[in-house]
Amino acid sequence: MSTVARKKSVIWDYLTTVDHKKIAILYLIAGGFFFLVGGLEALFIRIQLAKPNNDFLVGGLYNQVLTMHGTTMIFLAAMPLIFAMMNAVVPIQIGARDVAFPFLNALGFWLFFFGGVFLNCSWFLGGAPDAGWTSYASLSLESPGHGIDFYVLGLQISGFGTLMGGINFLVTIINMRAPGMTYMRMPMFTWASFVTSALILFAFPPLTVGLVFMMMDRLFGGNFFHPAQGGNTIIWEHLFWIFGHPEVYILVLPAFGIFSEIFATFSKKRLFGYSSMVFATVLIGFLGFMVWAHHMFTTGMGPIANAIFAVATMAIAVPTGIKIFNWLFTMWGGNIRFTTPMLYAVAFIPSFVMGGVTGVMNAAAAADYQYHDSYFVVAHFHYVIVGGVVFALLAGVHYWWPKMFGKMLNEALGKTTFWLFLIGFHLTFFIQHFLGLMGMPRRVFTYLPGQGFETGNLISTVGAFFMAAATIILLVNVIITTAKGKKAEADAWGVGRTLEWAVASPPPEYNFAQTPLVRGLDALWIEKMEGKKGLTPAEPLGDIHMPNSSILPFVISLGLFIAAFGFMYHNQHSWGLFVGIGGLLITLGSMFLRSVIDDHGFHIHKEEIMEAEKGVKA
Amino acid sequence: MKKWLLNWRLFSLFSVMALLLAGCGKPFLSTLQPAGEVADMQYSLMLLSTAIMVLVIVVVTIIFVYVVIRFRQRKGEEKKIPKQVEGSHTLEIIWTVIPIILLLILAVPTVSATFKLSDVKPMNKEKRDKHTVVVNVRANLYWWEFEYPDYGIITSQELVVPTNERVYFNLKASDVKHSFWIPAVGGKMDTNTDNKNQFWLEFDQKAADKAGGIFYGKCAELCGPSHALMDFKVKPLPRKEFDQWVEKMKNAKPVVTDSVAKEGEAIFNKSCIGCHAVTPVDKRPEQARTAPNLANFGDRTRIAGILEHNEENLKKWLKDPNSVKPGNKMAGTYGNLTDDQINALTKYLMSLKVE
Repeated sequence: MSTVARKKSVIWDYLTTVDHKKIAILYLIAGGFFFLVGGLEALFIRIQLAKPNNDFLVGGLYNQVLTMHGTTMIFLAAMPLIFAMMNAVVPIQIGARDVAFPFLNALGFWLFFFGGVFLNCSWFLGGAPDAGWTSYASLSLESPGHGIDFYVLGLQISGFGTLMGGINFLVTIINMRAPGMTYMRMPMFTWASFVTSALILFAFPPLTVGLVFMMMDRLFGGNFFHPAQGGNTIIWEHLFWIFGHPEVYILVLPAFGIFSEIFATFSKKRLFGYSSMVFATVLIGFLGFMVWAHHMFTTGMGPIANAIFAVATMAIAVPTGIKIFNWLFTMWGGNIRFTTPMLYAVAFIPSFVMGGVTGVMNAAAAADYQYHDSYFVVAHFHYVIVGGVVFALLAGVHYWWPKMFGKMLNEALGKTTFWLFLIGFHLTFFIQHFLGLMGMPRRVFTYLPGQGFETGNLISTVGAFFMAAATIILLVNVIITTAKGKKAEADAWGVGRTLEWAVASPPPEYNFAQTPLVRGLDALWIEKMEGKKGLTPAEPLGDIHMPNSSILPFVISLGLFIAAFGFMYHNQHSWGLFVGIGGLLITLGSMFLRSVIDDHGFHIHKEEIMEAEKGVKA
Repeated sequence: MKKWLLNWRLFSLFSVMALLLAGCGKPFLSTLQPAGEVADMQYSLMLLSTAIMVLVIVVVTIIFVYVVIRFRQRKGEEKKIPKQVEGSHTLEIIWTVIPIILLLILAVPTVSATFKLSDVKPMNKEKRDKHTVVVNVRANLYWWEFEYPDYGIITSQELVVPTNERVYFNLKASDVKHSFWIPAVGGKMDTNTDNKNQFWLEFDQKAADKAGGIFYGKCAELCGPSHALMDFKVKPLPRKEFDQWVEKMKNAKPVVTDSVAKEGEAIFNKSCIGCHAVTPVDKRPEQARTAPNLANFGDRTRIAGILEHNEENLKKWLKDPNSVKPGNKMAGTYGNLTDDQINALTKYLMSLKVE
């Protein structure tokens, strides 16, 4: 049966795949595409602000670009790229053949994808959302047109996908670890993915609730956020930030995980203070839920709430500091090789520390009354998210590219990308701290001359173009590598420590011919140090049970995509309701089919595996 | 706060930092040139936190640079396997405890300042002290209304306050959420649609003189297409002059002598008076006050909050408001006016003076 599957076209293969490695590639392509879109929007923003009273993007249109930049980067670029890394690496790192629920994994991707496409359709259908990525209730209810409806429905759909992904990885990491892979032997990236998945599980429901309220208000005559009808707009702020703050950690913890792997690998040392790193990760995840109201210090919550949230926020600096010093001491005494991923990891430390300390400054509530909603905050969170998350994603892409695609990215081009991006990043955002302190509010489409904002904004714009150039070189690198890159070995960097470097690059669809026996932290390193070629198997060679591909995840998501259009227009067009219900029927019908059709999967036979493994060894 | 800082040996470091930062920005706008008690308190907190944070950065950077240079792979060392260290409890305790201490140093003044800044008891007394100045700020799509409930007067776009004393504010929004911010004088507070927020500011006379007698105010919360243009101005006056201003405002009425301005008045009374009032005493409820009060329009420093105050700009604004402030609520409410009508209206509006 497996041979039948292989004959189908590549496109059909990817539309129906439930293989975590192919889903990782789908996430990488889709997330990468949205990253380019969000980056282009960022460039437009910087062009508009390059000089005072500019008229490149004025008023409402600027607000649309600004909103879509934030929303796209967080929900459609950073999140899926994190999921790309998790899908590509986590199952292999724990010695599993796939995630716990492969079908759900595919469904998660397609929901995210259609949600993202839906959101971006707004550009062509009357205008994008324009109330900021936070979409505060009073402004978003006032917003004319369908922009906010695209935001609400698009995020709702892609949010389902993220929630499913989170649950899937929780179950996978709890249940699918290879024999001997105890919790305290899990690689740091797996730990980070585990905690992040738990955060997703608790953080996304509040967002879902908020989005449902807003959908009711905007499309079905609800009054959740209308003060005159007994509603309250501050509730939206709370719901959004109860999701929104953990979201920062959902993004940054896997970033920490990626860097932990890279520091250990290229210093040729085990991670310093592994158990305190695990502890710090869990603690950050926990505290991440206790601090949301620091985004609302100026909302008028009163001094007691402000003081409590201020102190709680400061507390997060402690576990984060532990991590920084552990990374430094992982390198201490090591044998550091400056590959492209390691360059990102090294540059991450000072960049992220900058973002971290301004975070503590923001936590000082009384002083935050000045920083809040100024460019100081813009600088702060870009230092955290670009200096932390984007650096990590770039590092991770370079680090695991050979594992995912079987070819090494060009190091010279990789290092050029790195330097351009690093310089551009600091050039763009460092000066923004001072713009904020000098009194420039954020989210302004222009500024008047004579207020001292001219030079800073111009420098910032120049920096943005450096980052754009870096991204173009990265794309060139990807194209060149795909065309004629050097073939990667299983242990592509030669110094791999964790299980993913024990399987071929790219890995066979069953990952491990025999499930490995894990004998300690850095399982592969242990075997290598004992002079062994491969892993110790935990089972005899036998047939491997695999899940069947299915088009249903695609169809279920497509149904919701169609339904969203219908319900969005139901107030103006009579066909809206029918299309909406029709879309839901497609979704529910496919779910019904999934429930009633028996799907036993298929087996890859022992002989086939032996054949394939011989090919790798030869 | 100031005294507390003096006790610190760090004071010299602070003064160096303060000198460096004071070069940043304009005295009428920058938070780094504090012009009152609140901004001072916040600035001290900024300096303290910056000092602690710079300390952290310096320590990390020193270790970082040392590690990256000292332990990089050298020629011929490619095969070397370093010692696999598990960790160190002593080191881990050190870098847990020291940050906790640093944070406590920051947390105590933070909490204390947070409570001080929220002390609005004097404005909420059953019988308010006669000298306590209270201003009701109402934020609207792209303009600000300032009502002085104890004096029964209203003005817009330009806030007038007495210096060297605490001024108390009631803050709210009439359409969407905005945020009231005078960077040089103190941090912001949101104007919500649901409730009334309260806080206080103090405007320093010396700083006001240095800033040229005017501070810039901003809307700090995204509120729509013209969020960037929702500026206002603050005129701080010595208490005596402030009292005189209040008296003048209480009795102000438009005095029109010029014949062209009289024509303008007629147009105004036909097309504009439904929303705009021309006397500071406006007894209508706030829902009816849907546009800025224009009683002292001729005294102002800006047209529509942003343009230089001259007849040419006023004509531009009246002719096509959307070209100045996209998405404003005035455009299209008064039909098309001929150039002559706009000229007359301009003359009339410029004649509305209190001072």
